[in-house]
Amino acid sequence: MYNLLNTNAYIKAISYFLPEKVYTNSDFYKNFPESHQNKDNLNKIGVQKRHIVKSNETASDLAVKSAELFFKEHSIKTEEIDFLLFCAQEFDHYTPTTACIIQDRLNLPKTCGALDYNLGCSGFVYGLSLAKGLIESVGLKNVLLITSSTLTKKFHPKDKSSKFVFGDGAATTLISTRELPNGIGKFVFGTDGSGKNKIIVKDGGARNAITETSIKDFTDEYGNTTNDSSFYMNGTSVFIFGLKTVPKIIMELLEKENKTIEDIDLFIFHQANLFLIDSIRKKLKITEQKTFNFMENVGNTVSSSIPIALYEAIKCGKAKKGDTILVVGFGVGLSWAATTIKL
Amino acid sequence: MDIGDFIKKIENEIEEITPGVLKADTNYRNIPGWSSMHALIIIALIDTEYNVTITGSDIRSCQTVNDLFTIVKSRV
Repeated sequence: MYNLLNTNAYIKAISYFLPEKVYTNSDFYKNFPESHQNKDNLNKIGVQKRHIVKSNETASDLAVKSAELFFKEHSIKTEEIDFLLFCAQEFDHYTPTTACIIQDRLNLPKTCGALDYNLGCSGFVYGLSLAKGLIESVGLKNVLLITSSTLTKKFHPKDKSSKFVFGDGAATTLISTRELPNGIGKFVFGTDGSGKNKIIVKDGGARNAITETSIKDFTDEYGNTTNDSSFYMNGTSVFIFGLKTVPKIIMELLEKENKTIEDIDLFIFHQANLFLIDSIRKKLKITEQKTFNFMENVGNTVSSSIPIALYEAIKCGKAKKGDTILVVGFGVGLSWAATTIKL
Repeated sequence: MDIGDFIKKIENEIEEITPGVLKADTNYRNIPGWSSMHALIIIALIDTEYNVTITGSDIRSCQTVNDLFTIVKSRV
């Protein structure tokens, strides 16, 4: 990108918030006793518990709580924020924009720009690209990126795969400016809308109204039950998509950056599930030491999975100042993106 | 490519299978607790070991370990 202003975007600080209610694996096996005999294989998914929203909690509620935590945890004032990006898939109203409501609830300045965008697991990396553009081309100083997911609300009670894998949560990331270059590197993006049915809540949006057929249950060959008004994911297709696409985009990005796997200090993948991440890692011959995962106690938190893992990697010293970290998001859309971050 | 090898690899990856139990004519749906996780394990195994993609619908249409092996062999 042509940098008009000779300032460089970088990730300055992150905080995250998880809802109070916890759904553990023992809760799961109580709900689905037939899965218990499959426990050793399910452990490969890498999730032991997840946090779940209450029915009256919204994605914006989690967003506000994660941002309040952010302003408490870091010495940054709300009046410093120039722009708010809100990434979610569940918005408060048909209109207005939820980011406008969040601006008010957080008491962000009225000079602050605010917009929603709808992406799932690739959303954080897309947000970084938007924030980088706002800083390096438009000349803003502080862009607040809030990612939030309450996907579990759309799960059919008998959809065991989804209930095992996903958790709710929100993360607040501040993208700011510094003179040091490469804070946020180059990007690789991708979209394949022909895969829209692989991960979908089909009815209840503008295309399909909720009708009688929306609540007609269907069960797949593995015993996952859902319907057209609930979340559906074709697990095997999405797994193959990850296995094929992620190694390719990582190699594309490394080529663009003129780097090799050895030049990267740490890889943080969207925390889809540990088995998929390990399969991708082995394909690329990346050592286990060069990856950081954080899903055991939170599950797959959709667009917040990368910032949550990044926060924890920094906290435990796995990611250090000066490190180059490659992050890659991929999922619903289908949509994907990768970039590098220099702390 | 050898089916004995293929079977051994599957047995190594799937926790519940006692080595020696899986045969070429075993219907893999009879693996105790057969689930989508088993399907993912088999898809990943075939991808890494043979660089072949088998899909969810391949797994739906095949019955036995030998059926899967035939597909893999035809795509190598």
